[in-house]
Amino acid sequence: MTTAAITPALTRKDFTSDQTVRWCPGCGDYSVLAQAQKTMPELGRKREEFVFISGIGCSSRFPYYMNTYGFHTIHGRGTTIATGVKLANPDLSVWVVTGDGDAMSIGGNHLIHLLRRNLDINIMLFNNRIYGLTKGQYSPTSEKGKITKSTPFGSVDHPFNPPAVALGAAATFIARTIDVDGKHLQDMITASYHHRGTSFLEIYQNCLIFNDGAFADVTEKATRDDQKLILEHGQPMLFGKHRQKGIHLDGHQPHVVEIGDQYAVGDILVHDKTDRMMALILSEFTYRPDLPTPLGIIYQVDLESYEQQVHAQMKQAVEKLGTGDINALLRAGHTWTVN
Amino acid sequence: MSELKKGSKKALEQIEQVTIRFAGDSGDGMQLTGSQFSETTAIFGNDLATLPDYPAEIRAPAGSLAGVSSFQLQFSSKDILTPGDQPDVLVAMNPAALKVHLSDLRSGGTIVVNQANFNKKNLALAGWEQNPLDDASLDDYTLISIDMTRLVENALKELNLSGKVMARSTNMFALGLLYWMYDRPLESTQQFLAAKFKKRPEIVEANLRALETGYHFGETTELLPAHYMVPKASLPPGTYRNIMGNQALALGLVTAGQKSGLRIVYAGYPITPASDILHAMSTYKNFDVLTFQAEDEIAAVTAAIGASFAGALAITGTSGPGMALKAEAIGLAITTELPLVIICVQRGGPSTGLPTKTEQADLFQVMYGRNGEAPLVVLAAASPSDCFDMAYEACRIATKFMVPVILLTDGYLGNGSEPWRLPDLDKLRPMENHFATASGDTFNSFEIEPSTLARPWAIPGTPGLEHRIGGLEKDAVTGNVNYDPINHEAMTHRRQRKVDIVAGDIAPTEVYGDETGDLLVLGWGSTYGAIRSAVDRLRAQGYAVSQMHLRHLNPFPRNLGDVLVRFPRILIPEINMGQLVRIIRAEFLVDAKGLNKVQGKPFTGHEIEQHIRQILTDKKDG
Repeated sequence: MTTAAITPALTRKDFTSDQTVRWCPGCGDYSVLAQAQKTMPELGRKREEFVFISGIGCSSRFPYYMNTYGFHTIHGRGTTIATGVKLANPDLSVWVVTGDGDAMSIGGNHLIHLLRRNLDINIMLFNNRIYGLTKGQYSPTSEKGKITKSTPFGSVDHPFNPPAVALGAAATFIARTIDVDGKHLQDMITASYHHRGTSFLEIYQNCLIFNDGAFADVTEKATRDDQKLILEHGQPMLFGKHRQKGIHLDGHQPHVVEIGDQYAVGDILVHDKTDRMMALILSEFTYRPDLPTPLGIIYQVDLESYEQQVHAQMKQAVEKLGTGDINALLRAGHTWTVN
Repeated sequence: MSELKKGSKKALEQIEQVTIRFAGDSGDGMQLTGSQFSETTAIFGNDLATLPDYPAEIRAPAGSLAGVSSFQLQFSSKDILTPGDQPDVLVAMNPAALKVHLSDLRSGGTIVVNQANFNKKNLALAGWEQNPLDDASLDDYTLISIDMTRLVENALKELNLSGKVMARSTNMFALGLLYWMYDRPLESTQQFLAAKFKKRPEIVEANLRALETGYHFGETTELLPAHYMVPKASLPPGTYRNIMGNQALALGLVTAGQKSGLRIVYAGYPITPASDILHAMSTYKNFDVLTFQAEDEIAAVTAAIGASFAGALAITGTSGPGMALKAEAIGLAITTELPLVIICVQRGGPSTGLPTKTEQADLFQVMYGRNGEAPLVVLAAASPSDCFDMAYEACRIATKFMVPVILLTDGYLGNGSEPWRLPDLDKLRPMENHFATASGDTFNSFEIEPSTLARPWAIPGTPGLEHRIGGLEKDAVTGNVNYDPINHEAMTHRRQRKVDIVAGDIAPTEVYGDETGDLLVLGWGSTYGAIRSAVDRLRAQGYAVSQMHLRHLNPFPRNLGDVLVRFPRILIPEINMGQLVRIIRAEFLVDAKGLNKVQGKPFTGHEIEQHIRQILTDKKDG
């Protein structure tokens, strides 16, 4: 960066807007905001090149608190507004902040199409498995049987599995992190930024008012070591307090095994983030009580982004046809003159 | 075809104007036949107007009434504005086409049929109990019954083509025959065929032969004693081309992009009858036009809003059903005060309605169909070539005033064509914008510029102007979220004033005819031509009738109220149940009356003329 010499390095403060943050005290969103504000200065971009776009929901207030360009749009459409921003100006760093209702329910159609097109946009999906802003109805990621205001006898909906949806939609980057793990969150935000194409980052986020403890097994001291599987590319899938547990594949079926007499580290599945089949298996861990929760980059593959291809076509058109001449265009086809 | 002309021994009679309707099965190529006749006629120098009419089904059952596709055009040595009231000539390629269109033909008109298709099966499909070619049912007309199929097969037999390919060439026979009947040159169509089927020379040859066979047949057959010449029209000096409304609209958008220096982002979802705009725009990539075919109508409008936020000239186009889906997002564009052009090529509704037929029933939807107080600028094009001017005008207003603008056209305008005098681009009004740069002071993203009420267009990437916008109510200066009741009321008034102020930027609407009189016909959109021809005829008969045609529907031109009170009677013809008429009555407290038709078809001049004559005769009697 040649500008680094003359531009003072940015800090977290540069990314903090003057607006009062209005989430409930103790909300997981605070942590995500803090990590984003800490990470942005590290990315080596000018502040004016960042655009944060959101839909509707608690998490969608996020852009108001980032001192960047921001657009708090309408329910479910943050992804499409972001698409328009990125198409019009591919040089911008475009971020979508969304929730499980915004992205997977009302905005489900747009989410899958953004993923398959692979625009270079970073999605941060705050998944708290509940509708918070509308005060506690079940969401498309709520577990079946959930008792909420709109399901007093328990929800009969089968939930979406976000990484599996993303894989089905041909996403090129699928990762998961959790609000309380600041370092991991920062790493995942950074990895999202550096990925070419759409990054789908699911952030497990606790809503302490309407769905407190939704991810307690992964966050509480007593259980987290046995429930959290940190994925690292090229590394065996080991977890547990002493990394004594691992994931072993029996056919296509993943099992938790103990390292010891029966299984050695060499028997443990080694994570390959470019392996789509492995990603499918990992995405199936989501609602399985017998398997730990994978966190990290589940899948990543490098493909040309949509906007690169769109702009390449426009450039080729100029190379082939020359810069458009509007007078000639109006006169295209048969013309005749009346004197 | 000079060789063809040389041998001509038949009389060439001069006439002023002709209306022809080509009709056949969906697969018979009637749209292509009609558009070729139009193109040739335009190049020849006649004035013309066209009306394509086709079913929503791509291929309805062959020979059925539902599958009939037609193309009507009127051409003249005079200035004309409609595709004609009643055809003088009906080309019916099969019994169903004759059945559907016969009642429209003027008494004494000419019918040209492909006799080969009048077989038992097709007659039954069309509901003819007896073959109308054999009984007295067509005695009021001049019938030219030709076995086109056999003549084409004879002409093509040495080419060893399939029966299907030969059958598909019969439309060119009909075209060639009509070219002879109206003394048109073949060159333009010959060139068109050579280019269109470049990769399949045998198809080019088959079509050329069929075309020439039809032409020669006219010359030699005893069925046709004479042919007719419609002299060139005396149009104003200039360079002309024949243009369809959707094409003209796309060119208007590109011109606005070029004049403004802005990148165009056109986002759309395929929908009849607006898709042609997306198709056209997608070919203008070297004009810095980016097109995006979105996953749905909502994605299209919101992508356009995103592009506008990022500083592009953002446009989305659709028809009525798509407008309904875009409504919430348009509200977002209104409250964020972003420039956006939304095109609605109206069609018959409600719901899926009549996708391929025309209607003007979305005026209320675009005026009022959003949650909250959400006013915006509404424009309407009056003719196919006016689509160019109004597309440019929509872009100009959107960027000058930082507002969303809806442009209404309809299926009749979008698919209809007419000769278009190419504009002098230097004379178009300038494109302006409100791009902002940092001044060092605190940046207020919602502070308005007093003469246009436009806020700064502070686009991402501009240093020092980082700011947030959104759908929540905003402070009138800082743009920050603001729930204060007085601020909300002020902002609600501001959004209305942003529309109202545009009235000061548009030309007063002109009265055609006298400034006062017995009756004013007020119209909007595609009724322009039919109203004008009715008014011309009535004025020639001594009636004190004038016309005023609105191209700006919100806000209205400032002189509209003054004009309305000068006429004791106001008639508003609309292809709906009476939408503008209600707005006019509410706004100006005048006793405007509606003339309404909702058949998926435009008014004819005759219908409007009759109605007005009735009103003015009743007045005399009373």
